Amino acid sequence: MIEFFSEFFQYAFLKRAFVSCVCLSFGSAPVGCLLVLRRMSLMGDALSHAVLPGAAIGYILAGLSLPMLGIGGFISGLLVALLSGFVSRYTDLKEDASFAGFFLIALALGVLIISIKQNSVDLIHILFGSALAVDEISLVLMGVITTLTLVALAVIIRPLIIECFDPHFFQSNGGWGTFYHGFFLTLVVLNLVSGFQSLGTLLSLSIMMIPAITARFWVERIWSLFILSAMIALFSGLLGLMFSYYQNWPSGPSIVLVCGMFYIFSLTFGTNGSLIQKIIIKK
Amino acid sequence: MLHPHRKKIEIHNLSVHYGDVIALENLSGTFQPNTLTAIVGPNGGGKSTLIKAIQGQVKIKSGNVTHNCRHICESGYLPQKSDVDSSFPLSVYEVIGMGLWLHQGSFKAYTKEQHNLIEEAMCRVGLSQSKHKRIDQLSGGQFQRMLFARIYVQDASLIILDEPFTAIDSQTCDHLLDIIQEWHQKGKTILVVLHNLDLVRKNFPETLLIGRKCVGWGPTNKVLTKANVSQAFANLMI
Repeated sequence: MIEFFSEFFQYAFLKRAFVSCVCLSFGSAPVGCLLVLRRMSLMGDALSHAVLPGAAIGYILAGLSLPMLGIGGFISGLLVALLSGFVSRYTDLKEDASFAGFFLIALALGVLIISIKQNSVDLIHILFGSALAVDEISLVLMGVITTLTLVALAVIIRPLIIECFDPHFFQSNGGWGTFYHGFFLTLVVLNLVSGFQSLGTLLSLSIMMIPAITARFWVERIWSLFILSAMIALFSGLLGLMFSYYQNWPSGPSIVLVCGMFYIFSLTFGTNGSLIQKIIIKK
Repeated sequence: MLHPHRKKIEIHNLSVHYGDVIALENLSGTFQPNTLTAIVGPNGGGKSTLIKAIQGQVKIKSGNVTHNCRHICESGYLPQKSDVDSSFPLSVYEVIGMGLWLHQGSFKAYTKEQHNLIEEAMCRVGLSQSKHKRIDQLSGGQFQRMLFARIYVQDASLIILDEPFTAIDSQTCDHLLDIIQEWHQKGKTILVVLHNLDLVRKNFPETLLIGRKCVGWGPTNKVLTKANVSQAFANLMI
């Protein structure tokens, strides 16, 4: 067993890949739990597509390096969020619908930019990333994003929860609902960006969402959700990397599929509202 | 000069429109300090709109609302049950603790006194047994008791309750009415949106009857006449 691990961690690129998974787990998983609690799972999906054109431009300028991908993606994600917020405020369209409009435009634009300038290998790269190609600058950036996220969450968690549980009470107490909503969306985009290089733009959402909805089948309190989902993300990262290394599978999809296995197991056998429980209770 | 803790709300020619729909038209009057006022009227008559206008949550078409609060936000507010996410994974204790949010900001831990205050509030509303219960396990009545405890903890001098007695048993209703009376005696200014006119006649000294416009505002027995009530409903038919 020890040999197995020591062989695995012999290589610097595997160590880096693993550290990138650690960063992703601790930053993205709590953000994902809050997305689920705020009933914004699909909003996360929309944002993960919205980052594509910016990331594509970053990719053309600098190749698969996280800082450029990240800055581009961050800008285009935020732009879509702002535009959608603006449209839902000043027209009759609701926020989710206006998001749908802009993220689809962004997605098409992103694919177009990459296809014109580069070839389809690049498209695969940018959509699905490669955890095994994470370099040190990217690692530092991911570490910074994770740290920022955790500190920010620690500070705003109370208003975020109150605003989500009871928005009218929150406002009647002078809470700036829009401010916290915007701040939280920024954290979502930052963490999506953080996952670009390891998982790609399409899959970076999955390490945010799947652990969060998996944890839900085992625990109920907010803090336990955070911790369990981070653990699930971390373990999926490790297992996924091993599959990737020993079976020569692409790393992003391997990690996400391991995560998916945990999810399917949990929704069937979990202790909190799973399929089995529903069936037993029915009997 | 008014005592700083006695809240008064003055409304001048207030109109609120939602697109082409008129929700409230030319409402004027004053919620005097230390009054207990029921706000009644037909559905769609503008009761909730008035509350939102007072709290600055809807765009006012014309007129204004003035008050002597530092900002209106210092009100204890009980939302309609449908506006609260009752499946959120929180405990009774955590929700009641939210009442201290303004004092605590987003980071500080509760002090011992504040913990005691939360316990006291739970005891007052009769939820001491359910301290650590998850809120999705509460009955409708218990849920409402919890929201009352949150206001109790908040200790605001202006209290706004939006349909507090919808779908709860009569025992809980009586208990909560007691608490409202207790607040009234402490000198708080209280606004309650209600449907049940008998309940209003029995428990509320002042009434505002609205059906898009103000139909009557003053002592309950003078406002809740048959003629006024049918007038309020008739206003909506036009």
